[in-house]
Amino acid sequence: MKLWESLKMAFSNIWSSKMRSFLTMLGIIIGIAAVMVIVGLGNGMENYMTESFESLGINTLTVSIRGRGSSRTVTADQMYQIVADNPEYLDLISPTVSMNTSVKFGSETSTTTSVTGVSEDYLKIKDYSVTTGRGLEYVDIYNRKKVCVIGSYVNETYFSGNGVGQTFKLGGNQFTVVGVLQEKADSEESSTDDAIYIPYTTASRLSYTGFMSSYTITVKDVDTADKGKTAVEDALYKIFADEDAYTVTSMAEMLDTMTKMVNVVITILAAIAAISLVVGGIGIMNIMLVSVSERTREIGIRKALGAKERWIKSQFVIEAAVTSMLGGILGIAVGYGLSSIATIIATNMLSVDITVAPSANSVLMAFGISAGIGVLFGYLPAKKAAQLNPIDALRYE
Amino acid sequence: MASLIEFREVSKIYHMGDSVVIAANKISMRIERGEFVAIVGQSGSGKSTCMNIIGCLDVPTEGQYLLDGQDVGGMNKNKLAEIRNRMLGFIFQQYNLLPKLNLLENVEVPLMYAGLGAHERKERAAEALARVGLSDKLKNRPNQLSGGQQQRVSIARALVGNPSVILADEPTGALDSHTGREVLGILQDLNRQGNTVVLITHDNSIAATAHRIIRLEDGCVVYDGPSTDPRAFVHAGIPVAQVPGEGGAAT
Repeated sequence: MKLWESLKMAFSNIWSSKMRSFLTMLGIIIGIAAVMVIVGLGNGMENYMTESFESLGINTLTVSIRGRGSSRTVTADQMYQIVADNPEYLDLISPTVSMNTSVKFGSETSTTTSVTGVSEDYLKIKDYSVTTGRGLEYVDIYNRKKVCVIGSYVNETYFSGNGVGQTFKLGGNQFTVVGVLQEKADSEESSTDDAIYIPYTTASRLSYTGFMSSYTITVKDVDTADKGKTAVEDALYKIFADEDAYTVTSMAEMLDTMTKMVNVVITILAAIAAISLVVGGIGIMNIMLVSVSERTREIGIRKALGAKERWIKSQFVIEAAVTSMLGGILGIAVGYGLSSIATIIATNMLSVDITVAPSANSVLMAFGISAGIGVLFGYLPAKKAAQLNPIDALRYE
Repeated sequence: MASLIEFREVSKIYHMGDSVVIAANKISMRIERGEFVAIVGQSGSGKSTCMNIIGCLDVPTEGQYLLDGQDVGGMNKNKLAEIRNRMLGFIFQQYNLLPKLNLLENVEVPLMYAGLGAHERKERAAEALARVGLSDKLKNRPNQLSGGQQQRVSIARALVGNPSVILADEPTGALDSHTGREVLGILQDLNRQGNTVVLITHDNSIAATAHRIIRLEDGCVVYDGPSTDPRAFVHAGIPVAQVPGEGGAAT
């Protein structure tokens, strides 16, 4: 007897008691849908977090120096030396000096534009590219030149797109625009496009601060970010002998920690949802046992007509598996439906840009698990059916 | 050439709790190809046990049962299923059709287990149903038919696989006397066409249709001979007609 015959028989038996089959499948449907939505939600959250972190630069370490008293501090040269000492982990470094100075473009004054003092490597660290003009160069830093590169918003709004070569006033000092950056955030006000970058040496002088309190360092490899972080920490500890004097934050490490936490939560939730799959499987087993006793006479007849034990067994296992798989397919459909609803709720009502997307893998796995449950929980009833004595089965009323 | 059916001192012993029931006690008999034999006995006589053994649904506790020269006793369940499929055609008192299948599908079942392709199965099942006069109802369900028609379907199912033996267990038991006679007529026709028919019944008037009678009492053969002999219908030395409560429980 061929598999096709068994499948046909299984479908016709399931179809002949639609209501019962559907109720039996319900456990599987709910289980699969729940697991899918939860795993999808987990994926969505992970993606959301990764995207957020990537926009901040996942390969960066942020060092912030509080110093210790007024005497002990660290100079920019010392920081450069730390990077130079660890070439296997660390790559580029730039101090970041935030300035709270008003910016005057002719008669207009901007309050939203951020002004940051950086090194010549900063644009590379942030992966910004220059569309017109040039970026900051070492000579600018070295000579504390009053030059700057500007974001696209500043260029469009205050210089009508022709910023290079123009001048403006920053806290009373005249600066010359040498380059314009590529648009990053739709050229909106207060976005990363509404920014001005000047040499950190110039910034330091203008704000009368002797030392830089904040640095951005890039790591060679995201996978060894933690080693880079340790190297910076060790070097800073040698200088300050006090762990409270500085903080080194690794974006990769933070993302990793958060991803791990989300995964733990999601795994626990999925495991709870998976319990309903087991309950569904037991439901299938239960109904198959009922079905075996209802069809005892049929089994007797089939045996008398020459059905071998393994055919009877495979027929019942296949029926259980088909029931479970149909439940799985319906569950996947319901899971997709609920995922879209969850996405809409997250986007519109919570205004969080999370896409609840079950991965193809999880769908395949859900389908496989549902088939497996059918076979697993269908086996016992099928075995019982196969071992019925044909004489007793034929006499069964 | 070996007999089609041969019992060599076949015994069947059941253990029910502490008591031992000897359902068949050293029965020996032979049935040849082309015969029409009725195994007759009252309930408890061992005729059901005989039918189960002949039908390979059960194996003897002692002795040998040879079907077409093969010893059935040593066969495993799979082999027995194969023998039932290839060599035996069952006709039951309660028809035992599968209610969810239509007539054609019902008759196809033995062929399906024999591994035949769908096309050939349909052809042969339709042919078998035509032989019992039901070609116009192939797509009907069993419950749309009368008892006599259902029994004809079960005859079609019994003969569709060209079995060596057609085994009919009280085939008229659930039918009125008129349709009962029709069904017996079909069995006689099948026998005339060369099929071996074994009829199991408690009813003498039905047994008389067969050419040969094997009468069982308390698990033993008490008569084995032509149905024309009046002794065939004698129960424990008394003519059956005079036995009170005929067909009732035997001692």
